[in-house]
Amino acid sequence: MNLQAVRSIYVFEMARAGRTLLQSLISPVISTSLYFVVFGAAIGSRIQEVEGVSYGAFIVPGLIMLMLLTQSVSNASFGIFFPKFTGTIYEVLSAPISYFEIVLGYVGAAASKSAILGLVILGTANFFVDLHIQHPFMMMLFLLLTALTFSLLGFIIGIWADSFEKLQLVPLLIITPLTFLGGSFYSIDMLPPMWQAVTLANPVVYLVSGFRWSFYGISDVSVVASLVMIGVFLAVSLAVISWIFRTGYRLRP
Amino acid sequence: MNHETPTAPARKTQAESPVARPAPVIAISGLSKRYDSGFEALKQIDLEIQRGEIFALLGPNGAGKTTLISIICGLVNATGGSVMVDGHDIVTDYRAARAKIGLVPQELTSDAFETVWNTVRFSRGLFGKAPNDTHIEQVLKALSLWDKRKNKLITLSGGMKRRVLIAKALAHEPEILFLDEPTAGVDVELRRDMWEVVRELRNSGVTIILTTHYIEEAEEMADRIGVINGGEIVLVREKAALMRQLGSKQLTLHLQTPLASVPPALAHHPLTLAEDGNVLVYTYDASEAGDSDHVSISALINEIEDAGIRFKDLHTKQSSLEDIFVNLVRERS
Repeated sequence: MNLQAVRSIYVFEMARAGRTLLQSLISPVISTSLYFVVFGAAIGSRIQEVEGVSYGAFIVPGLIMLMLLTQSVSNASFGIFFPKFTGTIYEVLSAPISYFEIVLGYVGAAASKSAILGLVILGTANFFVDLHIQHPFMMMLFLLLTALTFSLLGFIIGIWADSFEKLQLVPLLIITPLTFLGGSFYSIDMLPPMWQAVTLANPVVYLVSGFRWSFYGISDVSVVASLVMIGVFLAVSLAVISWIFRTGYRLRP
Repeated sequence: MNHETPTAPARKTQAESPVARPAPVIAISGLSKRYDSGFEALKQIDLEIQRGEIFALLGPNGAGKTTLISIICGLVNATGGSVMVDGHDIVTDYRAARAKIGLVPQELTSDAFETVWNTVRFSRGLFGKAPNDTHIEQVLKALSLWDKRKNKLITLSGGMKRRVLIAKALAHEPEILFLDEPTAGVDVELRRDMWEVVRELRNSGVTIILTTHYIEEAEEMADRIGVINGGEIVLVREKAALMRQLGSKQLTLHLQTPLASVPPALAHHPLTLAEDGNVLVYTYDASEAGDSDHVSISALINEIEDAGIRFKDLHTKQSSLEDIFVNLVRERS
């Protein structure tokens, strides 16, 4: 195991985030704060409690999930796309490191960044609403697993994309709609029965529901289903990545 | 630069043994590459690179130079054949093989917003070596990059970026260095500097393989030259031997009075008239160079004088590697 190389990639990627602190940290925090102001304070004050939780507090896990998913995907996809775009990827490919180590470095850094971001947003939310977390350990588990899984997805997108347009396409057309329709801002009980059934096909529902359960003990679907869903995501992402490396897809012609 | 390698004692043993030929540091056999598009970039390449030499791989654009290097360095998967780097297969034992290699790619790629120091340090770590700032300092100083170490790569000129790529490749103290078109787009002065750096590296024991289509570069630097064309190695020869074998020489005499034709007394020599009879050209084979050659030239000059031809100036010209190369490639195609 070439731990030195993994460390180098990890540190290099984290340093990139440090250089672009405004973009990586401050802008998500500002946009989340805006959500709190609009949905939590302005609209939320007119919405009754959801299952015993004030609306402002109710949307916190969903908002963190929203940021976690989008930032994991964008961090990881950009992290591997940029060296591909500039050509510096040659160095990683010619280095004595395994595929697993490459993924560990890049995805590890992307997942760390979004997990840190998730915690910062949690801290920010604390200023706006009264928070209590019933299952802190499970909360961290959901947070880390989601960051990891969606960073893997981002890594796949970054390898697949051969233009900046494609790089934006998946997050824009798939991740964001799925997250907004995944119960971030509402309980799926609020939907008409038909849409409830449709919504259950949205994998993000399971993530948001499980995450919210770790905060308030309330969930749309069972916690086990949520964990299984993350497990399935993780397995599929890993399978795709191992296929990418086995075939050299878009990396080694 | 410190490039002491654990293989140095082994080399000594081999040199002492009169029978054993030193094992090549890179052994390529039956290497082929067909891209998905169907383009056959390499056709059954066999090639051995000796330890400590400067090997120049010469070929026109699209000949397969970069594909060959890319396969050895792990950027491209081969379709067939094998490559051993110091006894390590590049596929099954890629860690050991790649750890010995430094690659300077053709394209000037850089992490635009990174500093020189950080990017070179990153390269060392990527190759699994523990941080060694003293070594990196040495590399940067040797490449005249020390003053620029805090500069962001985006602010550097093309020549400086090329040096950074070389520094990155040397950061992990490789035993083998690949330079893919190292001086493309580099001004003359910088090119000379770079040749100097390459020579120093060779003196410290590093094997160097460079691709180029500047013949001058191969002529200046290489110990051996391989010519690749259309995905095939056309020839591999010691540079000096190649120049001797394939080069021809020309003796040009500028005449005092123009001639209408070569006098019959001189007809048995390969003489031609040029520039409206003002110039007499004698073409001969450089492989005959040596003492005997000088005799024959002086004999020829005597004969010319005996024939009553007077000349005001003369010069000789040896065909350059460029001429040899152009002839070779033309022959094949």
